[in-house]
Amino acid sequence: MQILKQAIAGTLESSDLMVKVAPSADDALEVIVHSEVIKQFGAQIRKVVDDTLRQLDVRAGSIVIEDKGALDCVIRARVQTAVLRAADASQPNWEKLS
Amino acid sequence: MNALEQLHGQFPDLAHLRPFAGAHAASPHLADPERKAHRKLAASLEDAIAKTGLKNGMTISFHHAFREGDKVINLVVDTLARLGLRDLTLATSSLLNVNAPLIEHIKNGVITQIYTSGMRGKLAEAISNGLMERPVQIHSHGGRVHLLQSGELNIDVAFLGVPCCDEFGNANGAHGKSRCGSLGYAKVDAQFARQVVLLTDEIVGFPNVPVSISQDRVDYIVKIDEVGDPSRISVGAARVTSNPRELMIARFACDVIEHSGYFNQGFSLQTGSGAASTAATRFLEHRMLKKGITASYALGGITGSIVDLHKKGLIETLIDTQSFDTVAAESLAESPRHLEVSTNEYANPSSKGTYCDRVDVVILSALEIDCDFNVNVITGSDGVMRGASGGHCDVAAASNLTIVVAPLIRSRIPTVVRRVTTIVTPGESIDVLVTDHGIAVNPARPEVAERLRAAGLPLMDIDALYQRAVSLTGEPQPIAFTDKIVGVIRYRDGSVIDVVRQVQP
Repeated sequence: MQILKQAIAGTLESSDLMVKVAPSADDALEVIVHSEVIKQFGAQIRKVVDDTLRQLDVRAGSIVIEDKGALDCVIRARVQTAVLRAADASQPNWEKLS
Repeated sequence: MNALEQLHGQFPDLAHLRPFAGAHAASPHLADPERKAHRKLAASLEDAIAKTGLKNGMTISFHHAFREGDKVINLVVDTLARLGLRDLTLATSSLLNVNAPLIEHIKNGVITQIYTSGMRGKLAEAISNGLMERPVQIHSHGGRVHLLQSGELNIDVAFLGVPCCDEFGNANGAHGKSRCGSLGYAKVDAQFARQVVLLTDEIVGFPNVPVSISQDRVDYIVKIDEVGDPSRISVGAARVTSNPRELMIARFACDVIEHSGYFNQGFSLQTGSGAASTAATRFLEHRMLKKGITASYALGGITGSIVDLHKKGLIETLIDTQSFDTVAAESLAESPRHLEVSTNEYANPSSKGTYCDRVDVVILSALEIDCDFNVNVITGSDGVMRGASGGHCDVAAASNLTIVVAPLIRSRIPTVVRRVTTIVTPGESIDVLVTDHGIAVNPARPEVAERLRAAGLPLMDIDALYQRAVSLTGEPQPIAFTDKIVGVIRYRDGSVIDVVRQVQP
């Protein structure tokens, strides 16, 4: 899936996260994770984000996560939503999202 | 030979007795009408400090009845720093977010040692990250009095903010524009400190009644613009909640109380700070009416919702070490059965009698609780100090039924853990854990478990609660600490129950 424009999903409420997605200038994939629980769950959050991006076949773009202690299912949903918005995917492949 | 010489001759052991030297020999201020009436009034805080003779290396103390609204601690320490004092020990009943400016005074060497019940915000973070050379001593409210009594903690000068006092130092917190309610913490400082300076924003006519801190304990009085903002007492830990999850936990806690075997005519209770704990009071009323019983007393930490039950005749007497909101402060002024008590009367284990010894049911909160029911109320799961010992271990140890209320997870941080980051209250003092996912009873209390099960409450093993928590959040990675000890957790009897280490940068 190709990131065509800037998009955003989520909030900065506790137990949620905000995902900002933007096209990258040099066709690289850059993921930045900020989290209130980075010490306890940094690796796990990074893994969920990477897995979700792989599922969506995102190979380039800038992904910035501002996490407020969201559970994995929430992280997955917010990343998917932000990417779908950024890719202008009006007909998502639902099978790939589950 | 005069009579005194004869006395000394006949009884050499009385040689130290002196002859009469005039009515005012030992009290010269009585000869001077001006000094007689006004000798305690200091022109300024600097003047009062100079009069106390406070020196480098001494110990100063404060109370925290104003909580986040306190204006005294920062003002006094700022002033001491400006006067060039150094190497002071700061002994406060507690420290809160509002005390972040102390960081500078620690860096500058004005404060080199701290005794407190807790810490929050930037100050706690800085100390957790190794700001101080010596570890902070964390004590409970009762344990603080024990440290004063045992002589480990010697207060040279207590600086006590009071909402009103007369010019002899009779003070209370029940009146005045900054009315904060009970002066339960300050009473102890007034009793033990070598010298006592009262700071007030309202000097009233003599004699000021009621007397919470008495003139015979007070050395100097300073008028300042504002001692504290009472509207900021009930923010943070002492807040009132409308969060449905916390209300649900509070309701479960009331189910536990109702069926615990301790919900009988004349029972006594305490609700600690923390949203779910204070909210539990709301759900008690209906159950008390239904069963047709009243409580003999509520201890604490008095909140508006406790006062409400008192006014309705459901709680006969309120025993108040700290008024958690303006409603409680008002009740202290108005109700003859709303009693102000010191922390020595409240919870000191070596006191000759504490109210916590006679509590039937207490509801307390927790940052973490582990599978052995040990409770942490001081460090967050990131290892950084962010709470207070308070009366937690005091009342838990003394009461007949100790209930801990906590959400199973906070954002993605599990509250029920395999091993708490820091032990403040030992598991042997905890009887029941109430979460939003289920209730666990300490295996040491099978009779309580039996009663709750018979009432149809959703009991679970605490290990099952733990498994449920990590199945939602994932297993947290352990926090990395350095070897350096930044905090010593003192149990209420002064012993060391745990230490806090510096978080790995």
